[in-house]
Amino acid sequence: MALNSKSPSGPLSEKWNNHKFNLKLVNPSNKRKYDIIIVGTGLAGASAAASLAELGYNVKTFCINDSPRRAHSIAAQGGINAAKNYQNDGDSIQRLFYDTIKGGDYRAREANVYRLAQVSVNIIDQCVAQGVPFARDYGGLLDNRSFGGAQVSRTFYAKGQTGQQLLLGAYSAMNRQIGEGKIESYTRHELLDVVLVDGKARGIIVRDLVTGKIERHSGHAVVLCTGGYGNVFYLTTYARASNVTAIWRAHKKGAFFGNPCFTQIHPTCIPVTGDHQSKLTLMSESLRNDGRIWVPLAKGDKRKPEDIPENERDYYLERIYPSFGNLVPRDIASRKAKEMCDQGRGVGTTGLAVYLDFADAIKRLGQNEVAARYGNLFDMYKQITGEDPYASPMRIYPAVHYTMGGLWVDYNLMTTVPGLYACGEANFSDHGANRLGASALMQGLADGYFVLPYTIGDYLAGEERKNVSTDAPEFDAAEKKVREDINKFLSIKGKKTVHEFQRELGLIMWNHCGMARNDAGLKEGIEKIKTLRSEFWKDLNVPGEGEELNQNLERAGRVADFLELGELMMNDALNRRESCGGHFREEFQTPEGEALRDDDNFAYVAAWEFKGENQPEELHKEVLNFENVKLSQRSYK
Amino acid sequence: MSGNMNLTLKVWRQRNQSASGAFESYEAKNVSPDMSFLEMLDVVNEDLIKASKDPIAFDHDCREGICGTCSMYINGRAHGPVKGVTACQLHMRSFNDGETIIIEPWRAAAFPVLKDLVVDRTAFERIQQAGGFVSVNTGSVPDANAIPVSKINADEAFLSAACIGCGACVAACKNSSAMLFVSAKVSQFALLPQGQVERAKRVINMVEQMDKEGFGNCTNTEACEAECPKEIKISNIARLNREFIAAKLMS
Repeated sequence: MALNSKSPSGPLSEKWNNHKFNLKLVNPSNKRKYDIIIVGTGLAGASAAASLAELGYNVKTFCINDSPRRAHSIAAQGGINAAKNYQNDGDSIQRLFYDTIKGGDYRAREANVYRLAQVSVNIIDQCVAQGVPFARDYGGLLDNRSFGGAQVSRTFYAKGQTGQQLLLGAYSAMNRQIGEGKIESYTRHELLDVVLVDGKARGIIVRDLVTGKIERHSGHAVVLCTGGYGNVFYLTTYARASNVTAIWRAHKKGAFFGNPCFTQIHPTCIPVTGDHQSKLTLMSESLRNDGRIWVPLAKGDKRKPEDIPENERDYYLERIYPSFGNLVPRDIASRKAKEMCDQGRGVGTTGLAVYLDFADAIKRLGQNEVAARYGNLFDMYKQITGEDPYASPMRIYPAVHYTMGGLWVDYNLMTTVPGLYACGEANFSDHGANRLGASALMQGLADGYFVLPYTIGDYLAGEERKNVSTDAPEFDAAEKKVREDINKFLSIKGKKTVHEFQRELGLIMWNHCGMARNDAGLKEGIEKIKTLRSEFWKDLNVPGEGEELNQNLERAGRVADFLELGELMMNDALNRRESCGGHFREEFQTPEGEALRDDDNFAYVAAWEFKGENQPEELHKEVLNFENVKLSQRSYK
Repeated sequence: MSGNMNLTLKVWRQRNQSASGAFESYEAKNVSPDMSFLEMLDVVNEDLIKASKDPIAFDHDCREGICGTCSMYINGRAHGPVKGVTACQLHMRSFNDGETIIIEPWRAAAFPVLKDLVVDRTAFERIQQAGGFVSVNTGSVPDANAIPVSKINADEAFLSAACIGCGACVAACKNSSAMLFVSAKVSQFALLPQGQVERAKRVINMVEQMDKEGFGNCTNTEACEAECPKEIKISNIARLNREFIAAKLMS
């Protein structure tokens, strides 16, 4: 199957406008004859659901939490980028486009990234109109801060809780439509399969997580907004319930998976303390605006940070990258932290941490101003570690935070399955091999508010306006398979818990497919996953029953999917014999240790096709054409 | 490891919404002070599964204090003994070796127990659906800086908007009142120019829905403010009352 990105032709700045004009429309009175299923109601899903319902479509939404407001978009701290140029500091759509495509190490589609930069300005307008309380200056206008990978201040924020406020905005828009009867909201429901009829996405099978009942739902299109799959690494900054199940089961029904190995490791997280740990907590990248990152010059220096004099400290990011300093992109900041620790200059009891120091900022701005900017983050750090970051520097270490990979989608956000869409982190589209800070919120809302509402009409206009029945044999077959899987989990009655399997898998992924990867390590990792997977199906112990609230059963299904995904991620990492963005192959680096791309052979999106259980997946390539940017070695020096 | 603790847990166990529940006792051994409260429960649950017993169901997700999913009453206090944090951000260093800890679900008529410590908070959803929004469709909005907002109002609106919808206020209140939750949303919009057009209608609709859901009245005990993990101020309730009276007088 040939991949068609449907990127419009013409000049970059005209592509989206021309494309919108060429899209087919659904007459306003016909929109109510179409049913759209949206799975996942974080930023992308809630914004899409609200916007589509406002247009007049019938929308059904599904989420695994007890409320859409709990989606992990809520935890995004630092901000959202937009090319408003309110600061008069030289920002523009062109510059946001350029920063994003360069930040992604030239592995994203030009047309998508430009569109993202274009609609970024509308997002801020929309959110403000909804009553999102962004930070403002004393004149009453919006304030901005800087983020990594950019030399302008274009990040809009609401203290360290921007994701929360944006999600609550989208949630409120969605609530309005639920109240008006245009959205039917199903909470505590989990997608367990996508149903295809005549090759088109026509419905889903879900499990009611309270009663355990299996349900069928049908529609004219299905939209997956189910977020990223970083929890394959177990210890991450993701919420505990974040999972790959919806997009993985769609993948097994024919949706290609794009760039699965592209994982973002965030540089400023609170380091691991012990085996009991269930998650890692991120400290917003915005801290790098005023915090200075350093390690001792000497190896194994065990003195307290305040006892180490200035001339015995190495502010390594400022030293290596004088023009971006502490604000280099995330992949670089993470890799350099690992390098320092590998050299034996890491700090803390484990030696797996670097300092993030606010002493200078407190001197320059005063403690009150630092507290006003980052107060909640400092409080969180203190609560978790029991240490006071106003008095001594924070210790930070990189952690898995975001997945740039996801379901392959065309310019219309449609997957390779007709009628099946993916938005937000669930798709692979806009961030290439590395996402810039404050761009995830931007992309989720761009997809949901301003892209999908246009593009989905183009598909629906060609669909018959009659109800889709859930009686089709395809629904019977999908439901049967779901029931069989559940029974299997419950009947193995082995010795190991789901938790033990997920932790083991996470460790394999981190050691073999984490911040640095190599040929031998990946091959070894694949074998380990295969062994673990076969053990899982023989020795899993899931307590309880199917028809009740059973949190271990829920998790068993998710871990089963992670066990398959992990292998695909490693195969993708193995195939990509270059380093780019967050994907660092040790064999391919510059003499200075920077990622060394191979544009002649790898300037493509790897889109993987599922070929059957335990069969190797087939690689399809979407070649990336760069007509507007010149590919160069990224330099932040 | 030195400093580790042994604890006794008394946990509310209830099979489903219609079953009756009871406390069960469990031993939590070798608990590290660096563990979060939920990580301690994770360990207890692993032991229960290994012993072929049903693990304790509890709601949780982000584990960084922002999603509002976790919801448990610990030693008679919503989210436990530390002020300004959710149960997931509560660490075991707040407890002592040998201590007995009592863990219950939120108790409120409007929040029925679904299983063990998991409750149904969809009443909050319906209140938000009744009016917790500004009616603007996607796309038809002015430029963001065309709506200036004084920094003081914007900051105060933010403090109200910081509510995470966990339900601790209801659980902490002897009347199971949802006034703090409702007042936070009403205040956010009452303070902003964007919220003015629907100001009266919003407060009437949200209060009406709140009453329909069976939440109790506010009798100014201030337990909600004391237990709110986001430290939402009770002055929001005063504003809610003013808004409500003004809206009723105008209508």
